[in-house]
Amino acid sequence: MNAEVTGKPKLLQGNEAVVEGALAAGCRFFAGYPITPATEISEVMSYRLPAVGGAFIQMEDEIASLGAVIGASLAGVKAMTATSGPGFSLMQENLGFACVAEVPCVIVNVMRGGPSTGLPTRVSQGDVMQARWGAHGDHPIIVLAAATTRDCFDLTVTAFNLSEKYRTPVILLTDEVVAHTREKLALPAPETVEVVDRLRPTAPPEWYVPYADTASGVPPMGIFGDGYRYHVTGLIHDVHGFPTERPDEIVPFMNRLFRKITQHFDDILMVEAEMTADAEILVVAYGSVARSARRAVKEAREQGIKAGLLQLVTLWPFPRRLLMPLLRQVRAVLVPELNMGQMSREVKRVNQGMTRVETLNRIDGHLITPGEILERLLIF
Amino acid sequence: MSEVTKLIHKYLRHEKKFPHVWCPGCGNGIVLGALIRAIDRTGFSKDDIVMVSGIGCAGRMSVYVDFNTLHTTHGRALTFATGVKLANPKLQVIVVMGDGDATAIGGNHFIHAARRNLNLTAIIINNNIYGMTGGQYSPTTPYGAKSATSMYGHVEHGFSISEMAVTAGAAMVGRGTVYHATLLDQLMEAAIKKRGFAVVEVISHCHTQFGAKNKLGDAVEMLRQQKKLAVRVDKAKTMSPEELAGKITIGVLVDRDLPVYTEEYQKIRDAARAAMMEK
Repeated sequence: MNAEVTGKPKLLQGNEAVVEGALAAGCRFFAGYPITPATEISEVMSYRLPAVGGAFIQMEDEIASLGAVIGASLAGVKAMTATSGPGFSLMQENLGFACVAEVPCVIVNVMRGGPSTGLPTRVSQGDVMQARWGAHGDHPIIVLAAATTRDCFDLTVTAFNLSEKYRTPVILLTDEVVAHTREKLALPAPETVEVVDRLRPTAPPEWYVPYADTASGVPPMGIFGDGYRYHVTGLIHDVHGFPTERPDEIVPFMNRLFRKITQHFDDILMVEAEMTADAEILVVAYGSVARSARRAVKEAREQGIKAGLLQLVTLWPFPRRLLMPLLRQVRAVLVPELNMGQMSREVKRVNQGMTRVETLNRIDGHLITPGEILERLLIF
Repeated sequence: MSEVTKLIHKYLRHEKKFPHVWCPGCGNGIVLGALIRAIDRTGFSKDDIVMVSGIGCAGRMSVYVDFNTLHTTHGRALTFATGVKLANPKLQVIVVMGDGDATAIGGNHFIHAARRNLNLTAIIINNNIYGMTGGQYSPTTPYGAKSATSMYGHVEHGFSISEMAVTAGAAMVGRGTVYHATLLDQLMEAAIKKRGFAVVEVISHCHTQFGAKNKLGDAVEMLRQQKKLAVRVDKAKTMSPEELAGKITIGVLVDRDLPVYTEEYQKIRDAARAAMMEK
C-alpha cells in the first residue's frame, strides 16, 4: 500500500492529507456539512475537486450529505463525506442504507469529545462503538483508524479501495489530534498509488442479476445510465433488487452481506505490530493514542521491560485472529484509549481470561501521554 | 390490449413486480399513468431516466417502473437525487414523494433543493395523511380533521406545499389533482422538460385512511370533491381570498428561468482549472 514517495515534502495536517488521499484514490464527489474539527476537509475539497472535474456540495445537514454521496456513487462517481460526532450520529440512517444497498462510499469521522455537542475542539475516541453499531439492524462494516498524517493519506486510499472492492461503506476514524497535527509529508506520485475500482457487469443487461451471489460474495455493480437498469432499495431485497419478505430470500441475502466481509479477513484486517516477537507486556492502541503508546513501549524497552505494541489499523471487523496469538504469549495487556473503555471491552471479549487486561482511559479532551502509559508499563 | 395499456406496459416491470401494494381506488396509479405518458412524450430512453422515491405509499412507485430506480430512506429522496444529478447531469432525475415524506421528515431537504435549482423533477402526491402506516396526521392534514393520531380533531394547520416551493425558489411549480388527468399529463411533461427544479403537487385522496376517518365517502366520491374544489389558476386570480378559502388552485403557479445549478457549477470548474493552470 505504501506508494513510492516523490516530490517535495509538504507540511500537511491530517485533514489535508485525507483530501490528498481521496483525490489520489479517484474520489470526485464530496458532500458535507460544516462541523469542527472536520471542516478543513470540506474546505480543501471545495477548492480542489472542481479543478479535477469533480463536484463539491455543501448540503443542508449531514443526513443530506451522506444521501448525496450515495446518489453520486450509484451514478458511478467515487464519493465521500467527512464529519464529527454529532454529524456522524445523523449519518447513521443513510449509513445503514449504503450497507444494505451495497453502495461504495467513504465516511471520515474526525472524533471529538461527546456525548452530544460535547467538546467540539477536543480530542476523543468515543465513537468506536458508534462506528460499529450506530446504524440499526445487523450489518457488517469496515472501520479503519489513522494515527498520523501519513496514515490519513494511505488509509483514505485504502478506505476507497476496500469500499469499491467489497461494495460497502468504509468509515475512517481520525481524531482532533490527528486531524490538526501538521507533519512533513511527501505525497506519492499519483501513478504509484494502487487504486481499485468496483467490478462492473459484463453480461448483457437482460441477463444482469444485480444482487446475485458470486464466489467473492460481491456482485458486479451497474451504474445509473450505463444500460443496466435495476432497483436499489433499503428494503431487504431478492437477487433482482426487489423487496422481499420470503425467508428463503432474506436469509441468503443477509448471509452474503456478512460473508463478503468475513471471507476477506486476510485483506481487510490490518494491524501494525512493533516489538511484539518477544513481548511480555502488550499495549493495544489505535489512532493518536498509538503514537503515545509507540513512544512508551520504546522507553519501556530502554528500561529493560519487554513491552510491545499492537496498533489496530482495522478496528472493525475486530482483528481477533491477529490479537489472539499475542494474548497467549504475554502476561499483561494495557488498552489505553480516549473514552471510558470501548475497544478494551472487545480485547477482553477475545481474551476470555487468557491473560490480564487492564485499561487506561482519559476523557478530559486531552491526549494520553507516553509518560502515562510508561508509568503503567513499569508497574505491571 | 388498448393503445394506452400497451404504452403503460412498455414502462412497467409488469412481469416482475405485480400486483402492487396500493389500495383499489388509490390515486397513485393515475399519477403513475400521467408520469409514464409524459416521459414517453419527452422521448427520453429508459436508461436516461432515474426515478428516485422516498418511503410510504408514493415511495413504492419506483419499484414498478423499468428505469434506473432508487428507493431511498424516508424523506431523503431529494438528497440522493442531488448526488445522482451532480455526478451525472445527463441523467433525467425524477423524484416521487408523498406529503409526509417530502414536507415533514424531508421538509428541510425540499426547501433547499428548491433553492439550489438543480435540474430535478419533484412529484409530490398530497393525500393529507400518512397512508401506509395507518392514517396518522401529516403536515397537510387540515385543521379539525380526524386521523389515527387526531381522533378528537386536528389542532394544527396544514401548509400549502406548492406555495412553499414557490417561495423557496423552485423554477417551476404546478398543482393538479388526480381527477384532472389531462392537466396532470401536461404538468408532468412541462416539469420534466423544465430546466431547473420543477415541482408538481398532485392532490390525491386516501379513501382508505383519510376518507374513512372523516366520512368523506369512497374513492369516487373523493374524486368528485376534487372536481368541486378545483379552481384554475387564471380564474383564481379574479377571486377574492374569501372566495378561494377551501379551494384548490390548479395549473402552473410559477414558471421562471433561473440559473441552473449544474451549469453554474461548470463555471466554477472552469475557473478552478484556469487557476490551476496559472500556478
